[in-house]
Amino acid sequence: MSSLPVHNPRFDVPLRDPAWHQRMFWIVFSIVLVWPLAVATEFRPGVLFEPENMRISAEFIGSFFPPVLEPDLLWRIVGATWTTVAIATAGMVMALTIAFPLTILSTRVLSISAISGRMNTLPFVVRQAIRWVLIFLRSIPELVWALVFVRVVGLGPTAGVLAIALTYGGMLGKVYGEILESGETTPTETLLRNGSGRMQAFFYGLLPQNVMELTSYTVYRWECAIRSSVVLGFVGAGGLGQELDNSMKMFNGGEVSTMLIVFILLVALADAVSAFFRKRLV
Amino acid sequence: MSAQLNPTGCPKKAPAIMKSGTALLLLTMLSLIIASFWTLGLKWGDFLSMEAFRSMGRFIAEFFPMETDSEFLVKVGWGTVETLAMSLMGTALAAVAGLALAIPASKLHSSDKGLMRTPTRWVLNALRSIPELVWAALLLISAGLGPFAGTLALAFHTTGVLGRLFAESIENAPPEPADALRTQGIGNLRVFYFTTLPQVIPQLMSYTLYRWENNIRAAAILGVVGAGGLGQLLSFHMGLFQMGKTATILAAMLLLVAIVDSMSYHLRRRMTR
Repeated sequence: MSSLPVHNPRFDVPLRDPAWHQRMFWIVFSIVLVWPLAVATEFRPGVLFEPENMRISAEFIGSFFPPVLEPDLLWRIVGATWTTVAIATAGMVMALTIAFPLTILSTRVLSISAISGRMNTLPFVVRQAIRWVLIFLRSIPELVWALVFVRVVGLGPTAGVLAIALTYGGMLGKVYGEILESGETTPTETLLRNGSGRMQAFFYGLLPQNVMELTSYTVYRWECAIRSSVVLGFVGAGGLGQELDNSMKMFNGGEVSTMLIVFILLVALADAVSAFFRKRLV
Repeated sequence: MSAQLNPTGCPKKAPAIMKSGTALLLLTMLSLIIASFWTLGLKWGDFLSMEAFRSMGRFIAEFFPMETDSEFLVKVGWGTVETLAMSLMGTALAAVAGLALAIPASKLHSSDKGLMRTPTRWVLNALRSIPELVWAALLLISAGLGPFAGTLALAFHTTGVLGRLFAESIENAPPEPADALRTQGIGNLRVFYFTTLPQVIPQLMSYTLYRWENNIRAAAILGVVGAGGLGQLLSFHMGLFQMGKTATILAAMLLLVAIVDSMSYHLRRRMTR
């Protein structure tokens, strides 16, 4: 039996894309949507390829290689990197001191009147007011806080520490509250029902139950704070960001590339350290 | 023979409160904190003294009254639109670029050697670990002052973030439909387009929306280095010490973020219900 190529009319049907209409609709739709956006963002990729711009960019990028490795600069970078880490750490400690009392004051779980029915009016108003304060603190980006503080306390790490303290204080306060309220609240409630004070109920009921999760979130935020403390340097809060800004303004590509490499390594290191801590804790 | 117990029935040695490793960890944290405060030499006096509080008070008082001149309000309105447009355009570009990089960054099937996987992931990591603001400062040199640089900066950073997330979803997608097409001898690109992509697209969309929310916030401050949007107005007027105008811009920023927050909160609630 030989297998001759049999003509099968089923394969004569021209290939057809079943989703053609849908696809065309989305393409047209996105072009219509993207056009005004491109106008609003002055999106002109041509700018990048103008000969003058090309020359400057090529020169700048070309000067990235080789990265500058003079001991002088390296020591300056080590110092700046430490400042960046220190700003983030000190900022986080101050954020904690802001967030911790505010969380205790605002958490619903520690309300005695809320155990049986509705919370009383005064405690409700106080708790709500504290929540609004936390929202306000974290709604203003740390960079804007830093701009403000640079004008009040002058250039330097103090402005950076304060900026991180306020924004992260607001964030931590919110998330701590959520962690405390999402966990099992029966032990705390039992303590409160049996006449223990709020602080007793907090330290013996609520805190031991949630301490791991709270610490793990705090360590994660510390990692984020390192990233933002670099950015804060750009408005004059010291550290790696400020050095980077200075080198960029002087078009010193070699220094910029060294600092970028250090920065990427720093972020990777903070990432690893924070992951290690969190694994140990949970 | 039972072990000798002391009269109270407790073991003689108190149980260790924590493992020694954990204690070491806490000690490291503590020394890092002390070293940080020690070396920074914070000017506590500058922000905890009466004088500082007074100057802070004066500074805040200067914010009021807010500038409500209609011409200026229109300008702030345009700044807000520009910020929104930057975030949308940046996120959209990043979604496209992220998908394009996610394909080489993932192993598409079990016999795929994934030669480009590690190098592409390095590129994505580098894109991701440089913050938007640093990208903006770098890109100003090629793209000039204005929202174009900001849009590109958002796109670069977000490409890194989304590319990695996309690659993860692509690798985690159920492989059976793709295998079914592959055994029919269909090319990799078409297999991806007709099986893997439809499977993961809801997840990709949700990642992209989440990043968009982040990028609105980022777009609002990128302008501080000159990359357009509300931030550029902010640093301009703050630099001139026009505090009333600064207050109006800050209010616009807060409003924008609050609206986005509540929109995403309600959307999420509707989607999870």
